[in-house]
Amino acid sequence: MSANRESAAGAPAVDTGSGQAVTLGTATSIVILLLLLAVPLFFKNFIIFQLTTVLIYGIAVLALNILTGGSGQFSLGHSAFYALGAYTSAILIEHAGMNYALTLPISGVVCFAMGFLFGLPALRLSGVYLALATFALAVATPQLLKLGVLEPWTGGVQGLTVDKPDAPFGLPVSQDAWLYYFTLVVAIAIYIASVNLLSSRSGRAMMAIRDNEIAASAMGINVALYKTLAFGISAGITGIAGGLGAIAVQYVAPDSFTIQLAIALFLGMVVGGVGWLPGSIVGAAFIVFIPNVAESVSKGLSGAVSGILLFVVIFLAPNGARQVALAFQAMIGGFKKNHGGSNVC
Amino acid sequence: MELLSNQILAGIATGAIYACMALALVMIYQAIGHLNFAQGEMAMFSTFMAWQMIQWGMPYWAAFVLTLMLSFIGGIVIERLLFRPLAKAPILTNLAGFLALFAIVSSVAGLIWDFTIKPFPSPFGASPFLGSQLISTHQAGMIGVILLVLAILFFFFRFTRIGLAMRAAAIQPESARLVGINTSWMIALGWGMAAAVGAVAGMLIAPVVFLEPNMMGGVLIYGFAAAVLGGLSSPLGAVVGGFLVGIFENLVGTYIPGAGNELKLPLALALIVIVLVVKPSGLFGHTVVRQV
Repeated sequence: MSANRESAAGAPAVDTGSGQAVTLGTATSIVILLLLLAVPLFFKNFIIFQLTTVLIYGIAVLALNILTGGSGQFSLGHSAFYALGAYTSAILIEHAGMNYALTLPISGVVCFAMGFLFGLPALRLSGVYLALATFALAVATPQLLKLGVLEPWTGGVQGLTVDKPDAPFGLPVSQDAWLYYFTLVVAIAIYIASVNLLSSRSGRAMMAIRDNEIAASAMGINVALYKTLAFGISAGITGIAGGLGAIAVQYVAPDSFTIQLAIALFLGMVVGGVGWLPGSIVGAAFIVFIPNVAESVSKGLSGAVSGILLFVVIFLAPNGARQVALAFQAMIGGFKKNHGGSNVC
Repeated sequence: MELLSNQILAGIATGAIYACMALALVMIYQAIGHLNFAQGEMAMFSTFMAWQMIQWGMPYWAAFVLTLMLSFIGGIVIERLLFRPLAKAPILTNLAGFLALFAIVSSVAGLIWDFTIKPFPSPFGASPFLGSQLISTHQAGMIGVILLVLAILFFFFRFTRIGLAMRAAAIQPESARLVGINTSWMIALGWGMAAAVGAVAGMLIAPVVFLEPNMMGGVLIYGFAAAVLGGLSSPLGAVVGGFLVGIFENLVGTYIPGAGNELKLPLALALIVIVLVVKPSGLFGHTVVRQV
């Protein structure tokens, strides 16, 4: 093994921007929240549906961010957990007649368990090996969903249709607007929980593992436990996003959960900035809107456009949206350097 | 007994393809320490180029050789333009780069040649080989061509100056640089050769799986399984792993009921995970020692 290969293996797998943190201040958060709440008042149902999709993918990207930004493990296979969550919700709604909202925690728990189980062998894998194993998982997912044995539940190649929920208590909002608010509430709850998780003792243990696994274990951190835990939590949150996705799209089929979805989630994380949770929503907007715009120009163009834009991001702003946010912050800081502390830090 | 030998021979034929893919993956892994997730898409693109040339009326073997040359140049261009600037970047950035390349290549192929399934000609035909029922002429031809490619590569790396320089650059980049080897160009050369080897695999498997932008998905996963089984740091291991995986795939498909086509990819996934967990260095690779 070469000298520089060894040093590459010893270095942290994720460059998280040399410790600079950008968090949204209270004022910024409130403005964003108000804007998000007001959205259904100004837009047509189709746009509301798209924004719901952004929120749902935002949750999935956030989940990936917890795994990669938090514990330094890679996954190119989160489409599998998204699919598992979507199918769990769809099956519970259609076959068991369960309320859609109640299916989400079940999807989360099922995916947490599967993620934890997959995380056990994945423990021994790091960096490129883990990426490889999860990549294979993502490629195999549509085939697993098509299995003849599972067909009575999954509907095989045909998939399952899911009814769209109405607004409860006779609230005067459209189905799309209701689903949007419902997703928003779930997204905010998950976001707050994730922020707290990462700043907790467990979160710091994960980050220590990310930065240097061997040093972390020397400090007495149970590396195996925290790595599988991170995998499980990430998979669980992705499962909730998958369940929401099934309700929003009203349809699950094996071919909606291909490697393309796994790649999209990964791209969303990179574009948003690894380890920066608010970036998840930026990344999600990227993976929802860019393909739409490209597709309207020419059919089949979306992959090429998002690929090229991704290269642009990698070359110009390797830390994604966080880097842009940092630049903004520096600019604002320059304007009000005489006013003491700024509210964006 | 005839079924068994039949399946093993057919397994060797597809195994030859996996060996090619695995070798292409290992070549790039050796050079830059990353797995090329876009290797299958690159091979698919090369195959489409060959198909286009044949459609334009070029004889098969002329199109074959020209495709190899174009793929070689294409591989070098991709390395120079996109991945050389990322050489010092973290794993994550490189992964994103490979996935971006994956998305671009498959999307562009779909744009140019659309997503309909096209038949691809076989230069050998599909009749039984030498009157035997065991194997078709195309399968025999596949094995023959790939053995030839492997032999050429073996002699190139073993007995030529530039092959030796490439090995040196992969194994000991610092020392290689000190003795005057241009390691950066050796890496580009490795990319070019990997692209060409992948193109061979693509053109030979296309008559079997038919030509379409997603045709290499399964082949790539089996190529990964082969590379991992043989050991990512060993080109010889990749080749042996390829043949073993091909035989394994066919035997499992034949003798385990219900595992036919449905479970093909999940089996490859299981194989990858098991090998990585039980023996991450593979059959022929050497263990990487990590330093703090």
